[in-house]
Amino acid sequence: MASVFTHEFNTPIYKGKTSFNTGLYINGKFVEGSDKTTIDVVNPATGKVVTKVAEATSKDVDIAVAAAHKAFETTWGLNMGGAGRSRLLAKLAQLMEEHQQELAALEALDNGKTFTWAMDLDTTFAIDTIRYYAGWADKIHGQVQETDEKKLSYTRHEPIGVVGQIIPWNFPLLMMSWKLGPALATGNCIIMKPSEFTPLTAIRMCELIHEAGFPPGTFNLLTGYGHTVGAAISGHMKIDKVAFTGSTLVGRKIMEAAAKSNLKDITLELGGKSPNIIFDDADLDQAVNWAAHGIYWNHGQACCAGSRIFVQSGIYDDFLAKFTEKTRSLKVGDPFDVDSYQGPQVSKIQYDRIMDYIQSGKDQGATVHLGGDRNGTEGFYINPTIFTDTTPDMKIVQEEIFGPVGVVIKFEDDEDVIRQANDTVFGLAAAVFSQNINRALNTAHRLKAGTAWVNCVNQLHSNVPFGGFKQSGIGRELGEYALHNYTAIKSVQVNLGHIM
Amino acid sequence: MSSTVKIPVPTLNKEISVSTGLFINNEFVPSVDSAEVIQCFNPATEQVIANVVAGSSKDIDVAVAAARLAFRTTWGKNVTGWERSRLMNKLADLIERDKQELAELETLNNGKPVAVARDFDIGDSIQCLRYYAGWADKITGQTIEVDNKSKMAFTRHEPIGVCGQIIPWNYPINMWAWKVAPALAVGCTIVMKPSEITPLTALKLSELVVEAGFPPGVINTVPSLGSVGGAALAAHTDVDKIAFTGSTITGRKIMEAAAKSNLKKVSLELGGKSPQLIFESADLQQAAAWAALGICYNTGQDCTAGSRVYVQDSVYDKFIDVLVSTVKEIVIGDGFDNKTGGGPLISKAQFDRVWGYIDAGKAEGAKVVLGGERRNTKGYFVDPTIFTDVDSNMKIVKEEIFGPVLSIGRFKTEEEAVALANNTTYGLGAGLHSTDASQCMRVSGLLEAGTVWVNQYNILSNNVPFGGKKQSGIGRELGSYALEEYTSVKAVHWNIGEKLQWPLSF
Repeated sequence: MASVFTHEFNTPIYKGKTSFNTGLYINGKFVEGSDKTTIDVVNPATGKVVTKVAEATSKDVDIAVAAAHKAFETTWGLNMGGAGRSRLLAKLAQLMEEHQQELAALEALDNGKTFTWAMDLDTTFAIDTIRYYAGWADKIHGQVQETDEKKLSYTRHEPIGVVGQIIPWNFPLLMMSWKLGPALATGNCIIMKPSEFTPLTAIRMCELIHEAGFPPGTFNLLTGYGHTVGAAISGHMKIDKVAFTGSTLVGRKIMEAAAKSNLKDITLELGGKSPNIIFDDADLDQAVNWAAHGIYWNHGQACCAGSRIFVQSGIYDDFLAKFTEKTRSLKVGDPFDVDSYQGPQVSKIQYDRIMDYIQSGKDQGATVHLGGDRNGTEGFYINPTIFTDTTPDMKIVQEEIFGPVGVVIKFEDDEDVIRQANDTVFGLAAAVFSQNINRALNTAHRLKAGTAWVNCVNQLHSNVPFGGFKQSGIGRELGEYALHNYTAIKSVQVNLGHIM
Repeated sequence: MSSTVKIPVPTLNKEISVSTGLFINNEFVPSVDSAEVIQCFNPATEQVIANVVAGSSKDIDVAVAAARLAFRTTWGKNVTGWERSRLMNKLADLIERDKQELAELETLNNGKPVAVARDFDIGDSIQCLRYYAGWADKITGQTIEVDNKSKMAFTRHEPIGVCGQIIPWNYPINMWAWKVAPALAVGCTIVMKPSEITPLTALKLSELVVEAGFPPGVINTVPSLGSVGGAALAAHTDVDKIAFTGSTITGRKIMEAAAKSNLKKVSLELGGKSPQLIFESADLQQAAAWAALGICYNTGQDCTAGSRVYVQDSVYDKFIDVLVSTVKEIVIGDGFDNKTGGGPLISKAQFDRVWGYIDAGKAEGAKVVLGGERRNTKGYFVDPTIFTDVDSNMKIVKEEIFGPVLSIGRFKTEEEAVALANNTTYGLGAGLHSTDASQCMRVSGLLEAGTVWVNQYNILSNNVPFGGKKQSGIGRELGSYALEEYTSVKAVHWNIGEKLQWPLSF
């Protein structure tokens, strides 16, 4: 029998209670994993275990896939019209809104981001995203193509079928909504694997999905490890598509497994080492503020983080001084303190990785301009860090750190900075700061990135597509574009008079 | 006079309160310069049930000014698509909450059965608002490649501005939703003139507009005579677009006034004389049911009423038998009676008009095979009437009757059928019944109508466009297409690198 997680939040910023079933959610029911094993959920602010949740294995994936196919053939897919799917998604958004504080608190507890960020950004944007896709559900149009009057030729944009979705730990609820919204709006059934580090909000959502009235089997949640559940999903012969957000390393494995199994369709949102280019004629104060947001948002745990900050020589000294001061002002503290800006990193593994990168920076001769050390003695806190005096071949300049570590690089020449910015296997995002609109737009257009921000960084909207060039990914999320990821185009040609 | 009336619903032992002023800037107000009132009738009892303020052309000026101010400050480009979506969804929820009472009010003033008003008219209206709420944050322009080195070209799909909307009396709430939803979704503000015959539900819906949280001036409701308020809107130099549903005669006046004033954009949903073709391979039972629906739904007071039916010779006699016995089953009666399938005609004027046509049909030599007899009771009730042995020159075949009066003709060949069907200045709807798929494809391609039903009739969907060809209208409602009627496209050419050499060299 699956167990229940009950927790009382008694913090300066939020007081409330949560209590929910922590089993796997398969075919409309909460169940234990087939092997009856569990996964510990750790609070990164303390390093201590807060609860255990059921662990899924590949057997559970098989059970869920069968349930999903049954639902797809009977109660979901095209058996439920767009208006019906729209209503259910709208209901889910409403339920999320009613439980928004609870979801934000769970997110802060599980992931370490501050309650304030979880409220103002993660949960708000997640609700927006579900609402946005609720509106698309009854607007999935195909085309009619004119051939001649003896033929009716048209396309159907059909749901693919049963889709696997593997989501990361950096924005657990938000990434869940980005995946769930377009997939359900278009009529697919889902097998979702949340990150084993941050399963709580995804599990909590299952009760809301159930309450909203989604038929059993349309959405299934299997908490488990990448090498078991993730591998089972990407290699499954009866899953028709897999969508993954996470590291480029794992993305390769997913794509390989998809190729080796049933050539399932894939979309990947992977890593980045996004450049933030600040020209001489930038609004300096604004550039400083945005650059800080670019790297320190979510403790640097954002795929699109502006982690390479290129500053033109004319303003370099001023920028560095102001940027340092700004960074110093960011308060690192408990996620439930009223004025915390940055909480702990998500896990010991991530903490160690980031500290290793910081060490490599020191070892390779870069200057630690600020930070570079642990904050406090409990939990996985790292002080916002600035490196200067780097060379392009350094690990901290080439590789994705995924922590609050910014690299500030001086440049002279427009052409050279564009070349340096593009000199990476990644291509997720980029930012340009300049008050000269022609310079800004021309630069933005030449940067090889899926999102180019001009005079801003890390701005996302439910209706604007997001995704990577090069090894940062395949496909686009958000906006109308995400619908393409979950529809299969069928051309129907009806002969109404041609004699053979 | 601006107050609230309580309208009694005798059979239900209750009262419905309605504000009777003009709804401008989120308030119910008296006319600025007139003491005129509009009497609202219950067509089943012929009794006056309420008086409402009759708007003057000065009141229209006030409403337009309110709509313009809202467009400049709190609506238009000052409100995000997400916020518009949120408000529209809230309005839909409130209508759903109050649907029973709104249905009863609709029945009191319009006569249609309560269950039809609630489950079809209002049910569809709620869905319509939700459908367009879903579009509000999805209004996208294009980026267009011109010359990558020197130009960034893109389009913005902007709201047109202040829209005058004039709606009819046959589906008061549903027509309100069809007009209001796409306009709000793209960010336009509205001056709505409901029909002077059925203004009550529009006024009641205005209360919900306030409760939903729309800023003042976004939606304004001005009951008024067509010749006063409608004409004023059509001719107003500060109204950017006029949308009208009603008769073709009035549609012409609207378009003329628009042309003579400020060349405002015009969309029109006008009359019809829609044909249904019954081919010999058709399932006759089903075809008869759809044909019955086509002429009896809303007691024939439908712009797409299938008022002409043409039957292939080989199945003519059989079909007439089936059709007559099918149509006989509908009960025309009081809308508060559960047995009623269709209510009275809307007014004395319409009642007299329809009888004028029935009498003309008899006088011109058509044969009555059902109905054609007056009742001797109160209420504007007309029983379904079917004429056969008609020819194309008869008034009942050429002109829109807007009542439950059907003309049936016959044909030998498919070509003849199509010619008969298209022999009209109208082009709103058409139906064809056949189990030969090639025939269905061919004939649906040849019929000159904005909506063609194959083996069906009358059934619409909020996401499928609707409108007329020929003199049945201009523009489309419903579906994504309706958004274009309220959108004005701006092309932006942004120079990112070209320096102009002047004088030009060739």
